[in-house]
Amino acid sequence: IMASSYGAKEEDGHHPGSAGLGGAAIRTKKPDNTAFKQQRLPAWQPILTAGTVLPAFFIIGLIFIPIGIGLYVTSNNIKEFELDYTGTDMSSPCFNCSQSWNSTNTCKCELFFSLDQPFESNVFMYYGLSNFYQNHRRYVKSRDDSQLNGDERSLKEPSKECEPYRTNENKPIAPCGAIANSMFNDTLDLFYIDPNGKKRPISLTKKGIAWWTDKHVKFRNPGGSNSNLTTVFKDTAKPVNWHKPVYELDVDIENNGFINEDFIVWMRTAALPTFRKLYRIIQKNNDMTPTLPRGNYSLAVTYNYPVRSFEGRKRMILSTISWMGGKNPFLGIAYITVGSICFFLGVVLLFIHHKYGNRNNSSDIAS
Amino acid sequence: MALRWLWMLVPWRGDWNPRSKSPGQEEERHVRANDRDYNERFSYADNHIKTAKYNVFTFLPINLFEQFQRFANAYFLVLLILQLIPEISSLSWFTTIVPLVLVLAITAVKDATDDYFRHKSDQQVNTRQSQVLIKGKLQNEKWMNVRVGDIIKLENNQFVAADLLLLSSSEPYGLCYIETAELDGETNLKVRQALTVTSDLGDDVAKLADFNGEVICEPPNNKLDKFTGTLFWKDNKYPLDNEKMLLRGCVLRNTEWCFGLVIFAGLQTKLMQNCGRTKLKRTSIDKLMNTLVLWIFGFLICMGIILAIGNTIWEQKVGSNFWEYLQWKELTISAVFSGFLTFWSYVIILNTVVPISLYVSVEVLRLGHSYFINWDRRMYYSRKATPAEARTTTLNEELGQVEFIFSDKTGTLTQNIMVFNKCSINGKTYGDVYDEFGHKVDITEKTPCVDFSFNPLMDRKFRFHDSSLVEAIKLEEPLVQEFFRLLALCHTIMPEERNEGELVYQAQSPDEGALVTAARNFGFVFRSRTPETITLYEMGQAVTYQLLAILDFNNVRKRMSVIVRNPKGQLKLYSKGADTILFDRLDPSNEELMFTTSEHLNEFAGEGLRTLALAYKDLDEDVFDEWMKKLLFASTALENREEKLGALYEEIEQGMMLLGATAIEDKLQEGVPETIACLTLANIKIWVLTGDKLETAMNIGYSCNMLRDDMNEVFIISGHTMVEVRQELRMAKERIMGPGKDKFSSGLDMEKTELYSSDSVFEETIIAEYALIINGHSLAHALEADLEQILVDVACLCKTVICCRVTPLQKALVVELIKRHKRAVTLAIGDGANDVSMIKTAHIGVGISGQEGMQAVLASDYSFAQFRYLQRLLLVHGRWSYHRMCNFLCYFFYKNFAFTLVHFWYGFLCGFSAQTVYDQWFITLFNIVYTSLPVLAMGLFDQDVNEQYSLRYPNLYRPGQLNQLFNKRKFFTCTLQGAFAVTIATSLVIVVSAQIGLDTNYWTAVNHFFIWGSLAVYFAILFAMHSDGIFTIFPNQFPFIGTARNSLNQKIVWLVILLTTVVCIMPMVAVRFIKADLYPTHTDKVRLLQQASRRQGPQEQNFRRVRRTSSRRSAYAFAHQQGYGELITSGKNMKVPTASTSTYPLSSPARGNSVVKNSVVSGTTDAAETNSTGFRRESDQNQEVTVEDLEAR
Repeated sequence: IMASSYGAKEEDGHHPGSAGLGGAAIRTKKPDNTAFKQQRLPAWQPILTAGTVLPAFFIIGLIFIPIGIGLYVTSNNIKEFELDYTGTDMSSPCFNCSQSWNSTNTCKCELFFSLDQPFESNVFMYYGLSNFYQNHRRYVKSRDDSQLNGDERSLKEPSKECEPYRTNENKPIAPCGAIANSMFNDTLDLFYIDPNGKKRPISLTKKGIAWWTDKHVKFRNPGGSNSNLTTVFKDTAKPVNWHKPVYELDVDIENNGFINEDFIVWMRTAALPTFRKLYRIIQKNNDMTPTLPRGNYSLAVTYNYPVRSFEGRKRMILSTISWMGGKNPFLGIAYITVGSICFFLGVVLLFIHHKYGNRNNSSDIAS
Repeated sequence: MALRWLWMLVPWRGDWNPRSKSPGQEEERHVRANDRDYNERFSYADNHIKTAKYNVFTFLPINLFEQFQRFANAYFLVLLILQLIPEISSLSWFTTIVPLVLVLAITAVKDATDDYFRHKSDQQVNTRQSQVLIKGKLQNEKWMNVRVGDIIKLENNQFVAADLLLLSSSEPYGLCYIETAELDGETNLKVRQALTVTSDLGDDVAKLADFNGEVICEPPNNKLDKFTGTLFWKDNKYPLDNEKMLLRGCVLRNTEWCFGLVIFAGLQTKLMQNCGRTKLKRTSIDKLMNTLVLWIFGFLICMGIILAIGNTIWEQKVGSNFWEYLQWKELTISAVFSGFLTFWSYVIILNTVVPISLYVSVEVLRLGHSYFINWDRRMYYSRKATPAEARTTTLNEELGQVEFIFSDKTGTLTQNIMVFNKCSINGKTYGDVYDEFGHKVDITEKTPCVDFSFNPLMDRKFRFHDSSLVEAIKLEEPLVQEFFRLLALCHTIMPEERNEGELVYQAQSPDEGALVTAARNFGFVFRSRTPETITLYEMGQAVTYQLLAILDFNNVRKRMSVIVRNPKGQLKLYSKGADTILFDRLDPSNEELMFTTSEHLNEFAGEGLRTLALAYKDLDEDVFDEWMKKLLFASTALENREEKLGALYEEIEQGMMLLGATAIEDKLQEGVPETIACLTLANIKIWVLTGDKLETAMNIGYSCNMLRDDMNEVFIISGHTMVEVRQELRMAKERIMGPGKDKFSSGLDMEKTELYSSDSVFEETIIAEYALIINGHSLAHALEADLEQILVDVACLCKTVICCRVTPLQKALVVELIKRHKRAVTLAIGDGANDVSMIKTAHIGVGISGQEGMQAVLASDYSFAQFRYLQRLLLVHGRWSYHRMCNFLCYFFYKNFAFTLVHFWYGFLCGFSAQTVYDQWFITLFNIVYTSLPVLAMGLFDQDVNEQYSLRYPNLYRPGQLNQLFNKRKFFTCTLQGAFAVTIATSLVIVVSAQIGLDTNYWTAVNHFFIWGSLAVYFAILFAMHSDGIFTIFPNQFPFIGTARNSLNQKIVWLVILLTTVVCIMPMVAVRFIKADLYPTHTDKVRLLQQASRRQGPQEQNFRRVRRTSSRRSAYAFAHQQGYGELITSGKNMKVPTASTSTYPLSSPARGNSVVKNSVVSGTTDAAETNSTGFRRESDQNQEVTVEDLEAR
């Protein structure tokens, strides 16, 4: 009589040597008794229980709220000043420039503003554009990175992606493409008007506004060590919208041609249609006086860049920074909100759990 | 509706049936023996069987063609082409081609391996050897080289290679015995008899080679029990019927050799014709996935259209002004055209919502799950050294959704071994073993067996544990001796003694064999018989009894008797039969003994044993003479012979003396009742479909605990006409639902869906337990279009359904019926060739391996050696697979939506210009590198509940049946969650990784490795791609040098990442916690329990014990038909050397009776096309995106 206990012996078979019976032939067919093959890998099996979830919510709440407060305070300590100089308003000094813009004449206008609070430490000066679709697909891809990297072949034969800003009068455009072509070319100068009414120019540093990697790796002038950019770019045309060719962007050889930092900053396309780009840095000169003291200032604009046609806006922004970067009250608020919600949820869940929670879980499992 | 219409366009919907392209309908078959040239004119199928799909040359084109029939693959091909158009291309070509090639390659490798194994198994069958008569000589040939018209020689225990016309055999009268278990599941032997003219050919090869008869017969068909044809030979016509046919799949038994003429070969054999159609099986998740992919595709188009319209408007309102700067006037002729182009650009960008790696990941998961099945030691049967095998790798998660199991009986539920287990002799039971304290001991393999060495003629395989019976024999207790004498005399077995003492009994039913074998071991050896005598060796002494009459068994009598004269000249009648029948015919003096025996019988029955009562009677010489005369007279009567004989038998079987009772165990496979009980608890309905007869099937039903005495009612449908069957079904239904509630009789006109819903509600409310048993011929009627609805209704109201006497094709039809009407996942399990059609039809086919035949296994999707492994396959592997697959899909869709929808929102910010947010490499690698492995690890290793608990709480299986873990609602939740989790790049990778961490229930080292590894790999690749080196090599492909460095060293970036992660993850945590806390599912509860018990250390396992409470059943139920009694007394099956074959009457009644007249109308019902729309049940749940989901946002 065959005994059914045989199977039972096999069923509880955690002990490895239970095969016993067969010879080598059987053994080969018998699956290996490894934890992996028998799906018995040791494992951590977390379960969402009140004991783990509720503390998690409280802890997240308790961590997030201080972070949020810290961020908010930091953000509030950051001074920021924004000045729209588009000149759409009749009253704006730049109204004329914005109305009668043409590519040949340069138009200048000057705006006055005052800072209520002094700006300590380094001040960053940005220009901001609105409604400018730097993230449009055809715009974004209209560039040739090899060319910008100093590749000779691409200089002569720019990528097709640059169409229709690839060649001009049978000469390759350098730098080619729509991004380069539409480079921001207003000049902004800042003056401090001291209590006597005297205008003092504020020195603006134009170095260090681009990423180090961009300046030293990604962007390189063609011709290698040849420092005479005029000869290097000899057979190329300037972008159609530019006033001067690429090799005249700056007199400083370290900031000219493709490695011009203003150019590099422009070439890093913005992700959103409203954006700001670093323009200049105002270095703090000594510890005693603030970089920008309280008082009146004037912004002299060389108005080259037309935005009226697409209802764009142009702004000048002055900002200090902290460890968290620029002014961003939203992040602090978000942290506080999320932290509070988590905490609140923790309370609600705790309440729900105590009031209705199924703490007697195992009792009603039918087997 | 529109969706349904769209569904029609999907190419893989249609079944592709290789056998449908049969060359012109054959109307009549002409076969001339030994004439290959003649037969070849008709181009009949040869004996070569091919199931493989490809060969070396056709593999690539066919496989690619098949793969591109997959909607997603074709879609990606189109995308690839679109990307080559520069105006549209928003992504580089490699973003699509890398995953596509990867996917195609992996699938192709898998298909190739599958096909390789098919080739191998084909090869194995095709190269079996058989002896073929070629050019006057017997030659060994491979099966595949056998042609129609060949004469082949079979030897004992060989498989029949093709459908043969029996020509001659080693046995007298051209008889030959075959076992048809592969065909119909019956294991008793069947007799076939050759035509007299051909059986004269004997084994004379020269004569056989000259044989040039021509057979004209029916074309190939699937009717196993019917054959009509004519043999033309030497200007004579001989009618041929099924009694002269040996069908492929049968095994020759008890016959040294026989010759046969091949009539049908290969695919045209009845066996193969019965195999049902080979269909590509798809799981419901697969179908759902396809639907979802279509939906997503539709969604994608919608998004594309919205964005294209947006683009048109933007180009007109804003872009036209912007042209000042950008000057694309020559490129974009008009805003509308620009919108049109943008549409395609967005189709490309958003392509990641249609997850291409979905299919390949799913395949990988299934492959992994299949390997886990193959590797499972607890599904390894060491006695036959057969591990479980997942033969297809596409159905695993369906194993977690099975609602109906269709099981074969013989060889699947039972071992087909009968064991003489216990007996009651003169009021004393034997067979139980007691220890020294008088407690009953459970009999195990280690229990010592009784030593039968005193008996040189014993059967070594026989085991008995109670030594008191042998002692009683040795003490020569007269009643015990009489008991075994009766067993040795009263039967219709043919003995066979090849060598001295090596006895083989050829039993018509295995029960009888078990009883006679028991008698043999206890010293009453049945040694030989002639038509007039029976010779026993009683304790070593040869005793010859004169056999005077066999009062044979039939279904009405439920008993058989013999009348013998012992050497002392005493006349004795020995009778054995069903207790109820026999007790009525006992002498009144037996009352007390009858009472005790009756108690014992109850006891035996309670243990699931089948019983027979034994009685004897001393006959008076005169009475017997008188009776014998009447018998002779009656047996020659022309009218009502049966009734007259019956009356005479009845007359003499009166006033008998009770001897005792036997208890035989029809050995179930190990653990069958427990498995069935467990699966029933998992709410799986088990139907038994068997070729066996009603009583046998019922017996097994009782011993498997599927039928119980405490059931309210067992309905037996055995009507012969449509009207009867309908009447019986209606009655059954009325009984169940009560007379007033017959609201479904008009249900045929009702809306189908309505019917389903109300039906299922009703099913739940019926607490009472009913069982339905339906006979083969009734089933034939019930399966017709008019009755099938009511059949389904009744069957589904019953706890247990048993169909008996069903043909292989009917098995398939029943499965088909349930598939069609219930839209439930079906599983068919069987071991023989007769189960092949059902295995192929069911969603999942399981073959019992380790048996002789391989057909079932070859056709199956999963195979293992024991029925009980089914429990593990479904409740552990199936449940896990389903759970894993569902979690995987949820996560996958979530991930892709989170990944892709960013672009949709970004469209509003970038002028709908199809600008991507991420760089192209991120898009390329996100799915296949950054996030694929953790989810794969989860899909492979996750266990919500470990195996012990899965088995202990079968109702954890419920969610799978109800489709709860992944359905359209879940899909919406996932996608909503994905839409909500809109973050960018690094943050996205982290969020997505955190989410998988949350989804993973079972963190193995691999999970840890993959999750943390993926993040590490992400950062590694990020820095690599943003490094100086790669930029200097490919400045155009990798223009993002330094971005990572510059952004990731800003603290604020990390703060933002932290914030987004928390914002994206915490709501999910909260929702899940509340759900688990307030409305815990079974799984949640069991998980808690599991965790608690892990803390407390291992606990005592409470094994479920299944108690059998069953009524007494006569072992005679096992006899399949009227016995061989007449055949024995006429001496026709004895080897009588002087037998003259030429005068042998063609229609022996015994032979006529020995084969079941089966009037089943088979194959008439069209296996109607399955309505495979892929929609299951959740059609009305679409709008129910729940409040929690919304709150979660």
